[in-house]
Order: sequence, then C-alpha cells, then structure tokens
Amino acid sequence: MSVLVEKADLSLKYTGHYNDVKDLLTEGSSDILNSKRNKAFQDFVMQGIPTRKNENYKYTNLQPQFSPDYKFIHQREKTELDLNQAFRCDVPQLDTHLAFIFNGWYYEENRSVGQLPEGVILESLEKIAIEKPELLEKYAQLANTEEDPLVALNTTFAKDGYFLYVPKNTKIEKPIQLINFLQADKDAFSTQRNFVYIEEGADVKMIMCDHTLNLNSYLSNSVTEIFLGANAHLEYYSLQNQHNKTTSLNSVFIHQEKDSTATTLNSSLHGGLIRNNLKFILNGENAEANLFGMAFIDRKQHVDNFTQVIHAKPNCMSNQVYKNVLDDESTGAFAGRIHVVRDAQKTNAFQRNNNLLLTDSATMQTKPQLIIDADDVKCSHGATVGQIDEEALFYLRARGIDDKKARLMMMNAFAHEVIQQIKVEPLRDRIDELVDKRLKGEVARCHECAYNCEC
Amino acid sequence: MTDQDKILSEVTQSEYKYGFFSDIETDIIDKGLNENVVRTIWEKKNEPDFMLEFRLEAFRKWKKMKMPDWAYLKVPPIDFQNISYYAAPKKKPQYESLDEVDPELLETFNKLGIPLEEQKHLAGVAVDAVMDSVSVKTTFKETLAEQGIIFCSFSEALQEHPDLVRKYIGQSVPVNDNFFAALNSAVFSDGSFCYIPKGVKCPMELSTYFRINSANTGQFERTLIVADDDSYVSYLEGCTAPQRDENQLHAAVVEIIALDRAEVKYSTVQNWFPGDKNGKGGVYNFVTKRGICRGESSKISWTQVETGSAVTWKYPSCILIGDNSIGEFNSVAVTNNHQQADTGSKMIHIGKNTKSTIISKGISAGESDNSYRGLVKVLPGAKNSRNFSQCDSLLLNDTCGAHTFPYIEVGNKSSIVEHEATTSKIGEDQIFYCNQRGIDTEKAIGMIVNGYAKEVLNKLPMEFAVEAQKLLEISLEGSVG
Repeated sequence: MSVLVEKADLSLKYTGHYNDVKDLLTEGSSDILNSKRNKAFQDFVMQGIPTRKNENYKYTNLQPQFSPDYKFIHQREKTELDLNQAFRCDVPQLDTHLAFIFNGWYYEENRSVGQLPEGVILESLEKIAIEKPELLEKYAQLANTEEDPLVALNTTFAKDGYFLYVPKNTKIEKPIQLINFLQADKDAFSTQRNFVYIEEGADVKMIMCDHTLNLNSYLSNSVTEIFLGANAHLEYYSLQNQHNKTTSLNSVFIHQEKDSTATTLNSSLHGGLIRNNLKFILNGENAEANLFGMAFIDRKQHVDNFTQVIHAKPNCMSNQVYKNVLDDESTGAFAGRIHVVRDAQKTNAFQRNNNLLLTDSATMQTKPQLIIDADDVKCSHGATVGQIDEEALFYLRARGIDDKKARLMMMNAFAHEVIQQIKVEPLRDRIDELVDKRLKGEVARCHECAYNCEC
Repeated sequence: MTDQDKILSEVTQSEYKYGFFSDIETDIIDKGLNENVVRTIWEKKNEPDFMLEFRLEAFRKWKKMKMPDWAYLKVPPIDFQNISYYAAPKKKPQYESLDEVDPELLETFNKLGIPLEEQKHLAGVAVDAVMDSVSVKTTFKETLAEQGIIFCSFSEALQEHPDLVRKYIGQSVPVNDNFFAALNSAVFSDGSFCYIPKGVKCPMELSTYFRINSANTGQFERTLIVADDDSYVSYLEGCTAPQRDENQLHAAVVEIIALDRAEVKYSTVQNWFPGDKNGKGGVYNFVTKRGICRGESSKISWTQVETGSAVTWKYPSCILIGDNSIGEFNSVAVTNNHQQADTGSKMIHIGKNTKSTIISKGISAGESDNSYRGLVKVLPGAKNSRNFSQCDSLLLNDTCGAHTFPYIEVGNKSSIVEHEATTSKIGEDQIFYCNQRGIDTEKAIGMIVNGYAKEVLNKLPMEFAVEAQKLLEISLEGSVG
C-alpha cells in the first residue's frame, strides 16, 4: 500500500510544481507555447509519471529517476562559463555549424555557428516563437500529449530549445552540430523543446551531442519535432555521452512528405538511464526512413530504444537496425513497432535488433512488433540475443589470433554494421575509434572529460 | 479476379457446416454468478471438500479482477451475470455399450462426423466425449486401466482419485492466474483427467471432443494431465460447436505436468462457430493452457490448428523448470470474415540447458485480425538455454490484418534467443504457376496455404492431420481477393 501512495505522491510532486510555477512559465513565453500548456498538463495528470504497468514503459522504470528533488530550470540562466571557450569538439576535421544548448536553453553567445546559407534560421525557440510565430504553426502537432506522459510533461514546461528552419531547395553543406550541456550547482531537471522545419527539396545533416559538465544528477526531458517536406533529405546523428547519474529522456518525432529521406543514427556510448522515443510518420509516397541505433553500456546503465514507424501512405520504405552490447549489470531494452495502415500497399518495412550479452548479470528485453493492415507488403522483423559465435571465434583462434583480440574483432564487426551508416566521414572515424576504445574496456570520452564516472 | 470474387462469395456465403442444435433435455441452473452458484455447482457435482475451498478462493479472487484488455481484440463487454454456469444432460447415461446411449446424442455425434464406433475400431482412439460439460461416455477405459493409466472425466477423477487431483490441480495454472482462469476455477463443470504412471508409454492417442450445446451456457472445461517419470502420452482435443446467434463464452483451463523424462504431446483442432459473415454471433474463446516441465529432460509440446471462434485469446505456455527440458509450440491460426485471434505462446526458461521452439503461422482473410503475441523469458539461472521463434503471417486480401507482438527477455549471456517474423501476401506468381498447369485458383490457394502450414500440420497425429487439412480448406478456400 505504501508503494501506491508513494507513486501517487510522485506525480503529485510534479503537478503541484506546475501550479507553483505557472506564472513563471507563461511569463515571457509566446502564446504558441502557452496555449498548449493547460491541455498538456491535464494529459499529464491523467497519465502520471509512467510506471512499468504502462505498456510503453514496461522495461524502463522511471519512478526512481523522478524521485529526487531536482532544481527546475524554468528560466534562462547566465553562465559564467564561455561555452565557446570551454568546449572544443575533439573530432578532427569535423567542420560544422556549431551551436550550444545549456541545460535545455539555446545559448545566446554562440559564436561558432558561422555563415549559414541564405534563409536558414538556427535560433532559440523562445525567441522565434515571439518574433516569427508563423514559422511555428505546426508546434505540438506531432508530439501528442495524450500518448506519452513525458511529452505531456515536456509540453507543460516547454520554454526553449533550438529552432531550425531550412527553406526550399537549400542544401547546407556542413553539418549543423548542436551540443547539449548539463551543468548546474545542484541536481537539476531540464526541459528542452526543439522544432525543425525543413522545406521541400532541402538537404540537412544534424549532429546532436549530449554532455554533462559536472557530477550532479540530471534529468533531461527533451522533445524534438521535425517536419520534412517533399523530396527533402535529413541525416540526424545523435551521440549520447553523459555520466552515470544522468537520466536522458528523448522523444523525437519525424513527419515525412513524399520522396523524402530521413536517416537517424543513435549512438549511446555512456549514460545513466537513456530512453529514446523515436516516431516516424511516413505521410507521402516513396518516403524512406532509416533508423539505426547502437548502445555500448556497462555497470548499471540502462538504455531503452523505443521506435514507432507508421506507414501511412503506399510505396514507402523503412529500415531499422539496432545493436546493443551489454556488459556488467547493464540492462537494455528495445521496442519497435511497425504499423502499416490500411491501403498503404507496396510497403517495405524491415526491422532488426541484435544484442550481445557479455556477462550473466546483464539483461536484454526486446519487443519487436508488427501491425499490418494491408496485404501487398513485405515486412519482417528479427531479434536475437546471444553471445559471440563460438565457431567464428574458433576460426580466428585457429589462425593464431589470441582470444581477447578475436573477441574484440568480433564485437567490432558486430558494431560496424551500424557505424558504417554514418555518412559524415570524420564523425564515423571518430566513433569507430570511440567504440573500439569502449570495447577494449577503456572509457571513451568525446572531449577531455575530467570526470571519473565511477558513480 | 472475377473468378476469385465468385469463389469468395460462394465460400463466404456457405453456412457453418456444423451448425445445428440437438434437442436434449438439459439441467440448467439460473443465470448469474455468486458464492451460492459456486456452492450449488459443488453440491450438484458432489465433490470433495477441498474443491469447495478451491472454487471459493478462485471466486473471491475473480471478483477483484478485471477482464484483461491488453490483447489486440475488440470484445464487446460480457455480462458475466447473464450466463448460466451449469448445464448437464438430465438423463445422465451410464452405459457399457453404445447401444444404450440416447439415440439423439449418437445422432449429434454422427452429424459431427465423430463415429465413436468406427474410431474405436479403426483409429484406436479412446474418446472421452464431453457434451455440455458432463462426460457421456469414455471408451477404451478398460484397455488403459490395464496399464494403470487413468483417463476419465474430471468429476469421476474427483470421486475416485481425489488425492491425485488435489496434489496437482492449480499447479500450473493457479486460481488467481488471470481473470478467465479464476472464473474457470470457480465454476468449471467438468473436463478430463489423465494420469500416466511411471514408465508407461500410453499405447493410444487420448482424445476428447468438446461441444457447446445449450444456448447461453458458458463452457468451462478443465483438463489436467499428469505424466509421471519416464512416461509418454499424446493427447488430442477437437472442437466444433453448433450455430447460435448469441455469443457463447468459453473459458477453459488446461494444465499439464511433466515429471522426470516424461513427454506430453497436446494437439488441438479448434473449429467453433466463428460467427456469420457479418461478424454476428460466434464463440468467445478465452483459454488458459499451461504446461510445467517439472522434471529433468521432460518435454511438452503444444500443436494447435485454430480455425474457429469469433474471438480467440489463447497462449499455450511452457514453464521449463527441469534441467534439459524442452517446450514446443506449433500453431496454425486462420481467421476469416470478422474473426479476431490473439494467440501465441509463453516459454519461461528456468532450468539449465532448456530449449524451446515456437512456430506460428497466421493466415488472415476477410476483415479479420490475426495477432501473434508471445513471451520468451530466460531467467539468469537458465544457463545455455536456447529458443527459436518464427512467426509468419499470410495476408489474403487488403482488408484483413496480421500483427506480431513478441516479447523477449534474456537474463544471462550463455543463452541464445532468436526471433524472426515475416508478413507477406499470397504469391501471385505461385497462383499463376498453378493456373498455368491447369489447377484452378481455388485449388491453388488451398495447395499454397496447406504447403505454408505443412510445417505445423506435420506435427499433428495422423487422425487429426486429415481433419485439420479439411478445416483449412473449408475456412479459406476462395477467400483470396
């Protein structure tokens, strides 16, 4: 009984907090953002913090993550740190339009963005919502607050994040790189809301990097909505590299029009608890979606990739490959759902989830799902959980390669299927190197990280 | 295309072949469910005291439960108070030979194509015919008794072997396992009991036929099979139901316990009334089937051919406790018109070196929905376990649906779990190939579907394989658009 009470209390803590800070949230925020708050809040009250009884959160228990008393960051904070100085991405030869996001807020003094093609806007969401509200007409249309309590909570608290607009037929040569930093003087709860609007025929590459700058506990709840116009192309790379006391909850929604192509690649290198919700809506013929993901986790880390691909129109194609390597007592989860709606004929949808368990205390839970309401389709999914193939190992050993090295080779090969999908070459080389280091047991970090993540 | 449409309309318009209602006097208690009803059933059946406790405990737990809604099914609300929970033929026949049996009852079986006598001689199958809950005739009992095998109705078992029943009942399906299992435990009327003693290989296939007969009576069967050390039994269950307009509820429980090195093979052919082509009527089939491989190197295999019922909710499962134990699940599920099926299997690996295989073939036609839902769970202690699951779906037109919901949970590194699923439509090139060789479309589809399901049909015992193939043809022929 006491458990029940605690759970109710936990949601109450957040609903109570909303009532306390309501004015603070609406103040200085645009009508667009404010108009969604009440409905989102009601949806959150209805759903509460997800428990494992919620089918979508069956394998990720968020109760302990939401329990600590976080400091909420509902206002833009000035930081002493000049992020342009403090951070140097150590990926060699990676030339990008670089911008920073600090605790969920778009950093104002971004100096390294450089010259973007004409008409492209990369700005703070808060600012755009006030200055150019017409660009945000579709705000909160993809992220349905009734379906997910985390989205509801995000929409309730949403104030800022990044905004990207790419006009018709514009190709941005260099990738846009966004670095998320978490740094606060005590345990903090950050909310980030992003909006990307890519018009038809445009071509964009985005690289998202998540970092923590000190050892406090963080919970970051971010929602990103991406609209992709006809014949537009998007590559979206996400690198998660945070310390063990971080809870990273990401929801990304991508809406595709006809002939568009979107590729997402998620690589979870380090983190406490990571949950990636990814929802694709293929709403135009010949749209193509590629979803790739990999996670290399150890100790008590947890990674949960939750994907949904909705084939709403005929002749679309989707392809998913998710790979996990789990060490120590880490836990992994994958849930993928392909939904082919009625009359979405000639659909090709594939999904694969392969997992390597390195110890007996690591666990993997996977839930690939197909919902097919059309007949002229080719859909398949496959999931495997296992260890390194002994026969292949023997083959290598028979050729004079020692056990440790052979295992490493096998694991590298296992991961490489995903890594090779990275089309930005310097990034691919770097991730290759990071993964190699990670598999060797050396802690791999993106930059000169001074933190000892033994927490 | 026009040919196919014609075939489609012909087949879908044909009425349910086995839809008739035989006029036998039945003893029905009033509708509704409360503690008194549970007591009445217990009294009427003159059961030992422990059963009252068992039933009441189940009923109390059931009252606190809600009907599960997680399945991919649309089930209209069921009024559990509007069902009569006990129906027994009034003239309970106690005959030594078939001649003495109520001729009308024999006629019923003949219409169903279950020639008791013929089967006795030709097939060597002992048939325990269950008609509306009370076992009417058990054949070959004496032959079996010689080997020490107990195969009788549940009520008889409760009278004659109460200790055995008490020892094993509720072991694989506890009374509070789920909503329908609890309901069954509270009000089950009859069923079959089977005990194979140590070292005995059952010389014949054991078989029961279930029928739902009286209007508005739920059928709550309970089957308990216990295979002692080193024994083997193959058990067949087949079902047909007469056509009725109101939905009929069926919530059966099947429990299997396999001890050291025992093997149990359980085969089902289910062909209850699926409702008419507009989705009206049909049986609601909510079944809990579970086997425990308690002993080392024991084996339980489930084979099912599901073609009937308006709603099917059924997950035959294996709990692999004994080291080196094996669980198998082979299924063909066919849905047509407005049928809905959410079926699959659970394999829980607890012992070391346990192995399980799941082969599921779904075939959807009409406007039906056919889902596979399964769980493979490997506990940390189940070292070197192995599972392979394959779920294929075949879609016959553009208005039906095929869905797959597998759950895989692996807790150690030495186990290997594989799952694969594919969904596709029936190959036009394959039909064309057959057409070219003078085989008409309807026959071609029958051939392709039968070929597709062969892997599972092959696992059925001979007697069933023929019936199952016929059923597939009846359910599907011509329903390709």
